Amino acid sequence: MLKEGEIRIPSGCAISGIFNKKGKPINGQTIIDSIATMHDRSNGLGGGFAGYGIYPQYKDAYAFHVFFDSTDSKIRCEKFLDNHFDVINLSKIPTKKVPSITNEPLIMRYFLNPLPNRLRECQLGEDEYTAQCVIRINTTIEGAYVFSSGKNMGVFKAVGFPEDVGEFYRLDEYDGYCWTAHGRYPTNTPGWWGGAHPFALLDYSIVHNGEISSYDANRRFIEMYGYKCTLLTDTEVITYIIDFLNRKQKLTLEEVADVIAAPFWDTIDQLEPAKREKLTYLRNAFSSLLVTGPFSILLGFKGGMMALNDRLKLRSMVIAEKGDTVYAASEECAIRVIQPELDKIWSPKGGEAFIVTLEEGIE
Amino acid sequence: MKITANLMHFQELNSQVRNAHDNVIIIDNCIGQRYIGSGLSGKKITINGTPGNALGAYLDGAGIEVFGNAQDATGDTMNEGEIIIHGSSGDATGYAMRGGKILVKGDAGYRAGIHMKAYEDKIPKLVIGGCAGSFLGEYQAGGVILVLGIGKDDETPIVGNFCGTGMHGGKIYLRTDKVPDRLPAQVAVSDPTDEDMEEIAALVEEYCGSFGGDSKKILKDKFLKLLPNTKNPYKRLYKNN
Repeated sequence: MLKEGEIRIPSGCAISGIFNKKGKPINGQTIIDSIATMHDRSNGLGGGFAGYGIYPQYKDAYAFHVFFDSTDSKIRCEKFLDNHFDVINLSKIPTKKVPSITNEPLIMRYFLNPLPNRLRECQLGEDEYTAQCVIRINTTIEGAYVFSSGKNMGVFKAVGFPEDVGEFYRLDEYDGYCWTAHGRYPTNTPGWWGGAHPFALLDYSIVHNGEISSYDANRRFIEMYGYKCTLLTDTEVITYIIDFLNRKQKLTLEEVADVIAAPFWDTIDQLEPAKREKLTYLRNAFSSLLVTGPFSILLGFKGGMMALNDRLKLRSMVIAEKGDTVYAASEECAIRVIQPELDKIWSPKGGEAFIVTLEEGIE
Repeated sequence: MKITANLMHFQELNSQVRNAHDNVIIIDNCIGQRYIGSGLSGKKITINGTPGNALGAYLDGAGIEVFGNAQDATGDTMNEGEIIIHGSSGDATGYAMRGGKILVKGDAGYRAGIHMKAYEDKIPKLVIGGCAGSFLGEYQAGGVILVLGIGKDDETPIVGNFCGTGMHGGKIYLRTDKVPDRLPAQVAVSDPTDEDMEEIAALVEEYCGSFGGDSKKILKDKFLKLLPNTKNPYKRLYKNN
């Protein structure tokens, strides 16, 4: 079979997210119920979830979720992991047979700490060290693909409708303070397990509905900084852009949004001087990271979630609140189905980031 | 006839609506089913809950009343009939409407009234009680859009950016004394004429008839009219050519 990057098929998708500001656990079944109402926005070629706060027993270790095509690729990947990490725990990710989910690869989970001597040798922080290891595995070990690499979070994805993928991964056995979900309707790529959303690097995960017309410009820029866009899907490049701007360049998430969904120049011209100067600086400094074309994304990160639309708002996104819980979805029905009564519901403007984080003092 | 929708697939729901002998249909606990009432004439549908995208697409004379919010593309290419939403509506409300009427109690999302058109006595009407998002009346070719701005504070603009981009026919009325920022060159602003005010009054009466409110009070305020600029080359391109 031809994988992502080897074929281009000339998207619609569904996204949904739930977040509890007090860090209270939300069962994985809730997000399945939400995304399932938007079944017809997907075509069965990809579904996935990201959960945060799901591994409290190993919260300080990196949790790698890895697809393997063969035992050979597993042996080679595990040798690499042993050379670079202290493996605290490893297991197959528990799954359940679901008739519609077929051809599953071997799916493993590793809880890892970087080897202290290797870290000292290469003089990198542990996040950078780990990110580089993920990129190394994904680009050099044939048949191995790390699709989740954060702490106390995990991505679960497959080829299938999202509700079936959730059942396959037994998400009702996980609880987290934040969940995001995606139903895929690929239009450019064939639909391989690794190509399903979310895309993740370290604690960042992205689910995305849209079609980016700036893909190549974005890719050329980000690959100068050591990232490798192996899948030719636009969501992968957004994940790396956010990692680059937020983790490496230390921009705030609001600033990240002002780069990737920058306002039009004539909108910037209308603003008061301080704001105008800042936005002008950001657009000039990172002009190649402006993401054009229709998109709505949900970014999961440690302790928070961000929703963002393209500046023209060519995709739908609804946000709602009920008590301590915040909801975001492509359609209102995906929120009402799990919470019929809401305190507040609205649609953010194009390019206007909506960010929610855990309340102070909550981990 | 009463249908409890819950998680029923839209195809099943819509075929029940189409095949119903009863002309009065109530849909309870609607959860995102698409295309409700599409192409329908001669029936009256009441929806409790959240209908899905393209509600009343190609509607051909039927009436739809929603107690809840509508999602995207409500009344897509509708031909005749009436959609009344006791809540807000999503993006592209009244997309390419060519007849009939949509009344939204609250706000509308981006691109409301995009590509509305008119022909002889077929003049579609879209009334938004609250505020409208950006690109209101984008590529509008005909019909009437009225935005009332009810309940908004003084700071909030009644419409978002790029109102009337590509407009080459029809009218937009706004209940405000502030001309929207940066209107495109092909849009001209003027005060409504007496005849225009009669048209506005009739729509406001209907709005208040459906949702309540004091029409006289609403009509006392200042309205603005947006038209395609007569110097605009688009106009001649599409008319009498």
